[in-house]
Amino acid sequence: MSASAIKAPNRRSARPRFSPARLGVYALLVSAAVFFLLPLYVMVTTSLKPMDEIRLGQLFAFPLHPTFAPWIEAWSTACTGLECRGIQVGFWNSVKIAVPSTIASIFLGALNGYALSFWRVKWAAPLFGVLMFGAFVPYQVMMYPLVRTLATVGLFGTLPGIVLIHTVFGMPVMTLLFRNYYASVPVELFKAARIDGGGFWRIFLQLMLPMSLPIIAVAVIMQMTNIWNDFLLGLVFAGRENLPMTVQLNNVINTTTGERLYNVNMASTILTSLLPLTVYLISGRWFVRGIAAGAVKG
Amino acid sequence: MARPKAARRPRAAAAQIALLPMALTVLGVYIGTVLWSIRISFSSSRIFPKNDFVGLAQYERLFQTERWIVSLNHIVIFGVLFIAACLVLGFVLAVFLDQRVRGENALRTAFLYPYAMSFVATGLVWQWMLNPGLGIQAAVRNLGFPDFQFDWIVSQDMVIYTLVIAAVWQASGLVMAVLLAALRGVDESLWNAARIDGVPRWRYYLSVVLPQLGPAFGTAFVLLAVGVVKVYDVVVAMTQGGPGNASEVPAKFIMDNLFTRANVGLASAASTVMLLTVLALLLPWWYGRSVQARRAAHA
Repeated sequence: MSASAIKAPNRRSARPRFSPARLGVYALLVSAAVFFLLPLYVMVTTSLKPMDEIRLGQLFAFPLHPTFAPWIEAWSTACTGLECRGIQVGFWNSVKIAVPSTIASIFLGALNGYALSFWRVKWAAPLFGVLMFGAFVPYQVMMYPLVRTLATVGLFGTLPGIVLIHTVFGMPVMTLLFRNYYASVPVELFKAARIDGGGFWRIFLQLMLPMSLPIIAVAVIMQMTNIWNDFLLGLVFAGRENLPMTVQLNNVINTTTGERLYNVNMASTILTSLLPLTVYLISGRWFVRGIAAGAVKG
Repeated sequence: MARPKAARRPRAAAAQIALLPMALTVLGVYIGTVLWSIRISFSSSRIFPKNDFVGLAQYERLFQTERWIVSLNHIVIFGVLFIAACLVLGFVLAVFLDQRVRGENALRTAFLYPYAMSFVATGLVWQWMLNPGLGIQAAVRNLGFPDFQFDWIVSQDMVIYTLVIAAVWQASGLVMAVLLAALRGVDESLWNAARIDGVPRWRYYLSVVLPQLGPAFGTAFVLLAVGVVKVYDVVVAMTQGGPGNASEVPAKFIMDNLFTRANVGLASAASTVMLLTVLALLLPWWYGRSVQARRAAHA
């Protein structure tokens, strides 16, 4: 399925004239949009209300006295357990996890895709088949042996450990993405580079990688979003010092004692979702392309 | 695009070296750990793995564990409703968006943005909205309907449906995107032919378009189904498996037994069952795709 298939409809004919059926179409679409947008509206308005207003129980009301105080509290003083340094701790942890994991998984994916597409390595094809199956293996099946192995080599609960885990689990989709992309590169180009004396690495680094910018963009969008949104792997492998933002967010909201500060909670939730939402809004069609690529994995 | 036959590609030591990380990952992680896990499921391991062999004892114990049976029931209810709702809603949205409507881009963005949000954030937002004290129930009561009841999230019988609502909200945009892409690939001249024969628009979609979307539905189904088996984050964030164990799910059962209940053998048996379920879902799909690919190659 190619992403180019998703585009504004061709103006093969003018929009149909207004009719009761058209009204029905719009009514359904608008109701659906309300359903999808309602949680976003509630999140934003709740985060801007003082607690007295929230206690009135008017979820859908617009904030009467909007305040950014909950946002500031969420970012810099919200508590997880005894520590009250805000959700920013998780934010920076997530950055430290997501950036190297994204780079490493994309580099390896591109390298695998390139080697699989242009070079002869006898044992590679069956391994690639298993790798594609690996994309679907539930993490729980691999969890315990991985914890033991990483603990043995001293990487369990460390930043390099969680980066390694994300790199390994990102490999199936990244490899497939780049393999499919390189499959559309004319072989003649590769042959010409060979005749010019290019070796394996030189062709990869100086010809293929620069040509891959569009697919690298898709890969960055996919990996940044996936890794940022990960909860399970971060919870298990990152260690107490490196808990990603999603895990910290859950701790802030679900382990508090005393009165729940719903405005701070919603501000924290928005802050945690801000990066993937921004990526989605900016990248639009590219994001959909990533989904399509992910959809054909296997 | 046809690739050159493997035999005609050049050989280089560097290529073998470059593929070593992939080889290590496949052998070590995707094969090694899975075999290891299966091995543990046949042992009596509790906190630490033991090397003994107790046959299927852990599996027998697993299926006598009430919490596991309960979580299987939940995942079946959740899975059927979630997949059905996503496919229907996704299809309806895709078809309606395909009617040359104004503001298509804005609508599509609105339908798909939840998919960019994490399961944790999704669970937390819905937990807040469904909270009976200050959420939707309270808001509707304050609007002048004092008898309005919507406290599913604290009800043992209904909590599983709140998970369905949240998950459908998060994932149906994905189905919409996949199906819309496929819809745009359907030949428009079919509609012109159908119209001349006096076929109504809805009939055209049900009888002509729907059958052509088979592969796209298959892809969407597999994506959703594999997600169902793994469902974990949204439960932890939204209900923590409660009230009681009314929203317990298999993935959470495994995690709890691995890390807090020190039942490694039992958890491994459960994860092996999970793996077999995923295989049972994938194999027909892969088979169907390979048949299709072969047909396409002959055509």
